[in-house]
Amino acid sequence: MTAQGNQHFAFLDEGSKREIRRATLKAIAIPGYQVPFASREMPIARGWGTGGLQLTLALIGPDDVLKVIDQGTDESVNAVNIKKLVQATTGVRATESTHDATLIQSRHRIPDVPLRADQILVLQVPIPEPLRFVEPREEVTRRLHAERDYSGAYLMLFEQIMRHGHVTSGADHPVMVEDRYVMAPSPIPRIDNPKLHQAEALVLLGAGREKKIYAVPPHTNVASLDFEDYPFHVEDMSGRACHQCGADGVFMDEIQDEQTGETVFLCNDTSACLERMNASGDRI
Amino acid sequence: MKTTPVLSVQGLSKRYGPGCPQCSSGSNLDAQSNDCRSCGTVYALQDVSFEVHDGEVLGIVGESGSGKSTILNCLYFDTEPTSGKAYLADHEEGRVSIWEGSGQVRRGIRNHLLGKVYQNPMLGLRMQFSSVANIAEKMIAADIRNVAQMESRARVLLEHTRIPTHRMKVSPKHFSGGMQQRVQIAKALSNEPPILLLDEVTTGLDLSVQARVLDLIKQIRRDLDVAMVLVSHDLGVIRMLADRTIVMLGGRVVESGLTDQILEDPQHAYTQELVYSLL
Repeated sequence: MTAQGNQHFAFLDEGSKREIRRATLKAIAIPGYQVPFASREMPIARGWGTGGLQLTLALIGPDDVLKVIDQGTDESVNAVNIKKLVQATTGVRATESTHDATLIQSRHRIPDVPLRADQILVLQVPIPEPLRFVEPREEVTRRLHAERDYSGAYLMLFEQIMRHGHVTSGADHPVMVEDRYVMAPSPIPRIDNPKLHQAEALVLLGAGREKKIYAVPPHTNVASLDFEDYPFHVEDMSGRACHQCGADGVFMDEIQDEQTGETVFLCNDTSACLERMNASGDRI
Repeated sequence: MKTTPVLSVQGLSKRYGPGCPQCSSGSNLDAQSNDCRSCGTVYALQDVSFEVHDGEVLGIVGESGSGKSTILNCLYFDTEPTSGKAYLADHEEGRVSIWEGSGQVRRGIRNHLLGKVYQNPMLGLRMQFSSVANIAEKMIAADIRNVAQMESRARVLLEHTRIPTHRMKVSPKHFSGGMQQRVQIAKALSNEPPILLLDEVTTGLDLSVQARVLDLIKQIRRDLDVAMVLVSHDLGVIRMLADRTIVMLGGRVVESGLTDQILEDPQHAYTQELVYSLL
């Protein structure tokens, strides 16, 4: 597919791209700080990755290689449609390999393959405000961030421990960035949180509906919030191995065979799984 | 003997509105409602000064709209005062007014040096959170990051405020008004503040529950030796708890002195009216 003749490169006009890039630069300069930006109407609905899409379109160049993931898979509807849209308006090459990609847009996962310094990860964010649950007013949450008042974020975790005996945040577990801003890492599983800490790649987060861009630059300290006697822990994947590639210790989906009732586990990151299978060359 | 007060408020004024030349001179003010007839500015507090000493309970009485609650709101940073100074003995050794502080400094004062019980528990508690989390909130704000420590402290406070500890994980919205008020008191005490601000704590509670809350406040005062500023329009409450009392009218202090003196021998016409209207 190539760019259509009367279509501007990467869909957005240059003024829009410039504004998004400017917000992105500010976000990189202040790690974890939510920079407001003029989120545009996109040809996909708000809440379907418009924030990530705008970042991708503002950053992509003709030489980029694009990978789009939706909850670990390259082939789900959301990922395919975003990939098609970007390809149709830019003509860039798309890939499923994390190694080959220069720009990766992802919904709710950080790839299992460690990212490199020449790669950018764009995460789609539904709710960028980690304090929203304790404080509904934007005016107040901004002030809380300014004053570094994060007792609300800890209060949420404390309440979970009181009610359930442990922290129950399945995804989107809040993190402290460079000991300054508490940030919602987007609904990635807890197992992905440590990948943000001292990462090689730039991580950008875009919330289209909430009109916010924020970033974790490479080599930034990112710590998941916890208590002294309830330390942060990732999902327990012990005793599980991928049914296809045999990998363990990665984030896995639980699949139930309706006929046999058998429960198997599969890698959530499908391209990493495929690569492992290709390397070993024996199954499927 | 002269001691340094734990709290000293000097010339506190609060104005809602821009003010105009007529009302700032005081000539154009409506004596009853305290607002300016030409520009509509309301003078909620005018040049209020008082002191609270160690372990003392200061009562503030006055009719609705006299500015009682506004004083507490200003002290707890819920409202920004127009002018005036307030010194806490434990903040910068009482040399810097608490209202000169930045947001961060103010939050530190709020979390470490003050506790407030609101008339309406909806304002003082997070109704969707459990009672223990409500009490822990102030400790979290004071940078305590140990769950067991906060939980055991909350347990002690709930026992102290006579709330059955097996209900500590229930949110206060399922509690009665009196219990909610006691959770608020437990929350206010969580960081052992030297000063407690109590805003009409017994208003709206039935008599037996009122008596229990008042008993609790007396007990806290005896056991923990905290100073209190007690706002009430109920002279019975003031008589029972307050050592000294100031009487407010139209945003001004019209009379101050020992509670017994004020109730037995009121000097100002308004205080006389107030005392004689006591059933």
